[in-house]
Amino acid sequence: MNDSRPDPDRLLARVQASEARAARGKLKIFFGAAPGVGKTYTMLEAGREQAKDGLDVVIGYIEPHARPETQALVLGLDVMARLEVPYRGTRLVEFDLDAALERRPQLILVDELAHSNAPGLTHAKRWQDVSRLLEAGISVYTTLNVQHLESLNDVIAQITGVAVSESVPDSIFENADEVELVDLPPGDLLERMREGKVYVAAQAERAVQHFFTKGNLMALRELALRKAAERVGAQMEDYRQEHGLAGANAVTERLLVCVSPSPFSVQLVRATRRIAAGMKAPWIAVHVETPRDARMSQTDHDRLAQTLHLVEQLGGETATVSGDHLADELIHYARSRNVSKIIIGKPNQPRWREWLRGSLVYEVTRKCGDIDVYVISGDPDKRPPRPSRSAELPRTQAGYAAAVASAVISSLICWPLASHLDPTNLLMVYLLGAVLIAVRFGGGPSVLASVLGVLSFDFFFVPPQYTFAVEDTQYVFTFFGMVATVLTISTLMSRVRFQADSARQRERRTASLFAISQQLAAARTPEQITAAATRHVADAVDAQVALLFLDEHGQMTPVGTEGGGVQPGAHDQAVARWVLEHGEAAGRGTDTLPGSEGLYLPLKAAHGTVGVMGILPPASWRANEPARLHLLEAFAGLVALAVERIDLAAEAARVRLQMETERLRSSLLSAVSHDLRTPLSVIIGGCSTLADESASLDAATRRELLASILEEANHLNRLVANLLDMTRLEAGALEVHKEWQSIEELVGAALGRMAKPLESHPVVTHLDPELPFVPMDDLLMEQVIVNLLENAAKYSPPGSPIEISAHAVDQELVVEVADRGKGLAEEDLPRIFEKFYRAKSSTSRTGAGLGLAICRGIVELHGGKIAAENRSGGGAVFRIRLPLSTNLPPIPVAEVSADV
Amino acid sequence: MAAPCILVIEDEQEIRRFLRASLGNHDYRVIEADNARDGLRQAEDQHPDLVLLDLGLPDVDGLEVIRRLRDWTTTPIIVVSARGREVEKVAALDAGADDYLTKPFSVGELLARIRVALRHATRAGESGESTFTRDELSVDLAARQVFVGPNEVHLTPIEFRLLATLIKHAGKVVTHRQLLKEVWGPDSVFETHYLRVYMAHLRRKIETDPARPHYLLTEAGIGYRLSTE
Repeated sequence: MNDSRPDPDRLLARVQASEARAARGKLKIFFGAAPGVGKTYTMLEAGREQAKDGLDVVIGYIEPHARPETQALVLGLDVMARLEVPYRGTRLVEFDLDAALERRPQLILVDELAHSNAPGLTHAKRWQDVSRLLEAGISVYTTLNVQHLESLNDVIAQITGVAVSESVPDSIFENADEVELVDLPPGDLLERMREGKVYVAAQAERAVQHFFTKGNLMALRELALRKAAERVGAQMEDYRQEHGLAGANAVTERLLVCVSPSPFSVQLVRATRRIAAGMKAPWIAVHVETPRDARMSQTDHDRLAQTLHLVEQLGGETATVSGDHLADELIHYARSRNVSKIIIGKPNQPRWREWLRGSLVYEVTRKCGDIDVYVISGDPDKRPPRPSRSAELPRTQAGYAAAVASAVISSLICWPLASHLDPTNLLMVYLLGAVLIAVRFGGGPSVLASVLGVLSFDFFFVPPQYTFAVEDTQYVFTFFGMVATVLTISTLMSRVRFQADSARQRERRTASLFAISQQLAAARTPEQITAAATRHVADAVDAQVALLFLDEHGQMTPVGTEGGGVQPGAHDQAVARWVLEHGEAAGRGTDTLPGSEGLYLPLKAAHGTVGVMGILPPASWRANEPARLHLLEAFAGLVALAVERIDLAAEAARVRLQMETERLRSSLLSAVSHDLRTPLSVIIGGCSTLADESASLDAATRRELLASILEEANHLNRLVANLLDMTRLEAGALEVHKEWQSIEELVGAALGRMAKPLESHPVVTHLDPELPFVPMDDLLMEQVIVNLLENAAKYSPPGSPIEISAHAVDQELVVEVADRGKGLAEEDLPRIFEKFYRAKSSTSRTGAGLGLAICRGIVELHGGKIAAENRSGGGAVFRIRLPLSTNLPPIPVAEVSADV
Repeated sequence: MAAPCILVIEDEQEIRRFLRASLGNHDYRVIEADNARDGLRQAEDQHPDLVLLDLGLPDVDGLEVIRRLRDWTTTPIIVVSARGREVEKVAALDAGADDYLTKPFSVGELLARIRVALRHATRAGESGESTFTRDELSVDLAARQVFVGPNEVHLTPIEFRLLATLIKHAGKVVTHRQLLKEVWGPDSVFETHYLRVYMAHLRRKIETDPARPHYLLTEAGIGYRLSTE
């Protein structure tokens, strides 16, 4: 059904993509069929035009061209210095990406998009450098030959016979903002070549002769034209979609290609890519692991890994399934993924083998149902190699020995039974022996066991005995039957074993993912995360692991590694930083900084990359295994989530604390405002009464009102003083000037200040004579005693005595203020020194509960302690302990008392 | 004798109002200024018997006012300051002020201070008294004898000098610095603990309860005062 209204999701995606593109630099590729058509020349011309228009244009890298015309164009433009990289005794000249990023021109010209960078540079390929430039907002002009497009690689190799090693992913070409085809008819190009106007690298002389034939050039030109036309077609399609014009909708297509270790798979993959690109459909490459694959050799394994890696590079998805039967598994998987077309390679095995083993193509086409099957034929010279046998296992030798042993043992067992049993039954013993060998040792030994068994049986028990001749031809049948049975069993066994093995391996991987996710769920600190990650990842892929995070110095440091962790050196630091900034994997086995020792994966959480997981693989790791990389990425994802979770939890705790503080503050404010308003209302009420009704009031009432106004005002005064003290104490703005002070003096001063409030309480002092001086701030300490006295006066009935005492005890000065009031309730005791805390039993209006808190603050500033308890006989006692200094103040020599 | 004239230099109108009312009620003549420059001018013109100076004036620093006044007059100056600003008070006293009051103060305190200050001012012209008596304490400055009730108390020379200084300024606060300077000399102005040690000795010898002194009052953060009322 063709819906002419554009799909809103796709439009949104397109809008978002275009916004993203606006921030990116624009890429213009000068595209040509072969070297020498004039791409660099055209690029330089275009660059100069831009410079004339006022753009900041810089030449990033131009291949040193012999043509003076091209060189002439370079003049007048800024040329960036090239990076010299020493390599094997020579100096290679490369494009300096970092300098370009720093320079930040509006437009940069970089030749040879497909160039491979010298080892040691950040990226393996120049197209990756160009991607970075675009991301940084710098527009790029570059040149590209058609043979460097990844998907055309093998086609061109076929056409020209020259294998091209440098390639650029098609996505770069397809997503370029502009592609200008620089076209030159082959005849003209050959003319130029003869005139010596084409730049050719010295090493490639011979290959070039081969390359520059008219036939090749025509074919290349056609490919280039076709590619350029495809691009235009794609742009038309996009335009149509955007504007709701009718067009073919290829969304429902999905392709599946079956890959194997055969080198032919590479061609299949590229072909699939071309078809998929044409249909604009997603595609999957699947490898079906069958029991035969258990004996894959190292080279096969590597080739398969490389093929799968190529799939990912070309933008396909990879999957591995295991099963018994190739065709069935393939179809099953295709159905589960809603594949619409399957692509397989045309078989080129001889007919008889096909008849014997079955043909994949035939099976698939028969069972595919409504899925289309495309059969791609490959180079007839390239035959799929036979699955080479892996090295003989030592245990196979043991197997053969055991096979011999089984025949011998079976014979020994049968000997005494020979007279009692039919020969056919005796055979069962041999059969059992051979079967046991099959189960234990597999194919080879079991065949040997069965053959030996048959021979022994024939020799010892089949008439005529002690010969290998056979009288009754029925036994021939028996013999064959036995061999066949044993072989079948051994095949079945090996299949079962293989499946069990791969299931076990899969289970191990899943279990390890599960285990790590469980551990991560429980982790509360980065150290715990690291421990979990180190253990599980190291187990799963047999490598050393470290988690790196950005610390406050801007360094990537490993967290919580003790043994089994990787300590990053300077180079690894740089790689890790790169990974953190770009959110992409780098290091060994990737395209970025592949020379590194370790592999670095970004820990990507919802808010961005939170850290880097560094993996130091052992030497036993073989080339890029996408399955392993997927597993590591899965681990990295789990770890990232755990890290994010911890960060968010800490954030939540902080926010909660803030909210708590806010809440506390607002409740305190309301308490304080109440305490301030109450005396104010008395004052205002009293004054207004006096003001308005003075005449009608009698003298006594007036005196009363005035007295209460004065009392409330004093009360308010004390309250404000306390609030100010508390504020200063909390803000740490309380300046403590300690000098040697006499506590006796301070008590005297305090009593002097409190003369009026203490009017109704007799005060008794018990200060030790000759108390040592203590370093104290006199004002603050006086305030402490004042507060304690105030408290005592408030909470004890008029007329009850208040006692002050001071003693030197155990290197401490102990000062006590005691009253005979109601005492303190048990529940109040621990909290009485808290800000704004008021004893539950207090009924009177008190000074906002700050006095004791201030006492504690000041006493603690002096390094002392304050405590409260009830006394025997009723009432409470407040005790201050101040440490006594061991060194005493220098006191002038005592004079003789002068008697005048 | 004409009613003593008090110059009130205070920028808060409300405070001036109540001062005017209460001082006026006690037969003092009150002149007012609401800023320092005005106050200094008034002092030159009117020659008040006492100056009541608020230290928180907006235009000129209180210490500067005191210095300028002390350039040409010995009129007693009482400074008014807020709580917690002891350093300011001490500086003012050392710069030449005679006494201080802490806001908020009661009228009773104010009048007591004024009385003491005026008494010292009138006595300044006369030769110093040779005896001092208050309640149980009597001191013969010339004979260097001290009696508490019927008992003679033996003081060391330093203790005596200390007591004498306080008597000289009886009723007024004396800062630590002033005491140290007068008793020990100008080189010892930082040895406040000397002062405390000797004050402790004095208290023990003179007071009935050294922890509740009757005569030798401590003003924390500022100095000492020999009580006269």
